[in-house]
Amino acid sequence: MQADNILLIGLNHKTAPVAIREKMALAGDRELPYQQLRRLGCEECCILSTCNRVEISFVSRDPEKTGPAVRKFLFGDSNLSQEEYEKYSYLHQGSTAVAHLFRVAASLDSMIVGEPQILGQLKQAFKVATENKSSGPILNRFFHKAFSVAKRVRTETSIGSNAVSISYAAVELAKKIFGDLGGKNVMLLGAGEMAELAAEHLINQGINEVLVVNRTLERAVNLAQRFKGRAAGLDQLVDRLTEIDILISSTGAPGLVLSGPEVKPIMRRRMNSPLFLIDIAVPRDLDPALNDIDNVYLYDIDDLQQVVEMNKSERDKEATRGEAIVGEEAIKFSQWLNAMEIGTTIAALKDKTDEICAAELARTLKHLGNLSDKEKNSLEKMVAAIAARMAHNPIMFMKKETDPELRTEKLAMVRRIFALDPAPEGGRCERHDQP
Amino acid sequence: MIILFNLALGGYIFATLSYLIFFGNGNKKIRTLARAAIIGAGVMHILYTVARMVKAGHTPITNNHEAVSFFALAVTWGYLSFRWRYRVQNFGVFVSPIIVALMLVAKFSSQAVMELPPALQSLWLPVHASIAVMANGFLALAFCGGIMYLLQEREIKKKKFGLFYHRLPSLEALDDLNRHCLAVGFPLMTLGIISGSVWAKQAWGTYWQWDPKETWSLITWFIYAAILHQRFTAGWRRRRAAIMAIVGFAAALFTLWGVNFLIGGVHSYAG
Repeated sequence: MQADNILLIGLNHKTAPVAIREKMALAGDRELPYQQLRRLGCEECCILSTCNRVEISFVSRDPEKTGPAVRKFLFGDSNLSQEEYEKYSYLHQGSTAVAHLFRVAASLDSMIVGEPQILGQLKQAFKVATENKSSGPILNRFFHKAFSVAKRVRTETSIGSNAVSISYAAVELAKKIFGDLGGKNVMLLGAGEMAELAAEHLINQGINEVLVVNRTLERAVNLAQRFKGRAAGLDQLVDRLTEIDILISSTGAPGLVLSGPEVKPIMRRRMNSPLFLIDIAVPRDLDPALNDIDNVYLYDIDDLQQVVEMNKSERDKEATRGEAIVGEEAIKFSQWLNAMEIGTTIAALKDKTDEICAAELARTLKHLGNLSDKEKNSLEKMVAAIAARMAHNPIMFMKKETDPELRTEKLAMVRRIFALDPAPEGGRCERHDQP
Repeated sequence: MIILFNLALGGYIFATLSYLIFFGNGNKKIRTLARAAIIGAGVMHILYTVARMVKAGHTPITNNHEAVSFFALAVTWGYLSFRWRYRVQNFGVFVSPIIVALMLVAKFSSQAVMELPPALQSLWLPVHASIAVMANGFLALAFCGGIMYLLQEREIKKKKFGLFYHRLPSLEALDDLNRHCLAVGFPLMTLGIISGSVWAKQAWGTYWQWDPKETWSLITWFIYAAILHQRFTAGWRRRRAAIMAIVGFAAALFTLWGVNFLIGGVHSYAG
């Protein structure tokens, strides 16, 4: 098996607009596309179809022919021209295909880099391929390697750990202050989509209780019901600060709702247990001077936006490290494919020598007339020993550690010298995505 | 024997460098290496201490080299025991340089084995000295926690996220670290002072003779007692607790060295 027998054809959010992507109807656990792909010459294949990408990974003995056929199949009855196919889709072969699938699995190719959803989708796709008996030794190894590469990227980089939305950034900060959020209480001051979203994220992190404070008690009660929390009127705001740890404020008030001098005495009553104030209102609700009080941490909307920007650039850095891991693993996988190729070459070499030995023995024995079994046996042994010794050096030559490219050349040479390939010499030519 | 000491020192230096590299690039394999190195060095260090004890015929904690080496040992095993129960991200990065610093001080102090005056040859020597030094070990850990707290708190407060925000644990975890280390360190320190005074009675016939070291350890004890008292009654937690852990440790260090070099007294080693 050559590394170049692995191919990957597909399109994603970067190469094709949604109008094109939605025409690719390959989703579902259906059997039909697998049958069609096998008919097109795919020995093994797997279809991955999500809202952001459709990709077919396959193994073929004749990539020259199967590649374009699969590409045509991918676009099915979408009435696009050959040119358009090639514009919207990509065809990766050999180590580029390996690296591509690894990148996809590790969520380096996702719309939101680092988002873990894609790995589950890939696992599901592989499961469907297995159920349709479309995966074999190569794809099995290929996909399992992709899963483990994804895991490696996730554990060795912090690609998935940074919050890239305002409300997640608030949760992340809360965790940096309080550690575990279990048992902590949050106050929701005012209402608004973003504030409610942040409150929901906090509840998902195990927040103990939500206290809703509003100018009108009725609205507070309604919102409190949604979060299974308690409600209070605005007049109780300062007193209630002793009961909570996190305050999310988003009132429509034109001026400040809470000032520094109001909170200072509260901190003493709180025994200095920290207070995290999140002000997402514009104009601001909370006095900027609050941040000067010990153990009070005030973040307004701009501060949170800054955290988001920082996380984005941090994630880009981590993505670069992820790419390095993918590159390393893709080389390893190609080496495996090549090692497997050596195995087949050695086997072919041995078959060839066995064949020659058997033919020559038969011819010689015919001339020699009557020989005892013992004599015949020794003759056979001798011939086999000569053949084995002749084959020994070429085998060692192939097995010797060299870089993958040179190894392919060596194999090609041995195959040519011993005429192991049945067809007349054709030579390999590199295929690329562009025509 | 000194080869054991040097092996331990080498191990600690290796662990420190690995921790710093891990702090920079986040490669977990390097952290594993650092952990293995610190445990290996800790074992070498124990062997060294035992070897020295056999050679001297008494607990090796009677001169500056021995006391500081023992101090480093206490920090190491205090850290490892802490790690066994709690997990504080990147704690090792801050602790290992302190261990190395102590070991270097020990390395460049006189390593001669001291003859112990008969009056001091007592079972109370190992009890008193090792308890007192172990207390210092935990106070050193609280000191590290205090520094980490202030670094992390500064970035969260100023909203300038640099080297530490992602690498240090939550403020809560660091405050817990502080509390835990003081909760172990302070009782040990108390026991150290009591055992010292019992030994003083045996050796010199009086429980307390206002030797400078005794005075200073009492001062340090009061500082820590105040920290703990305030923590539970007046809410000296978090930021203030972190600052006080640093102040208290400075007093503890002064008791250990400052007194010897600046004032002198019955405790002054290598006298």
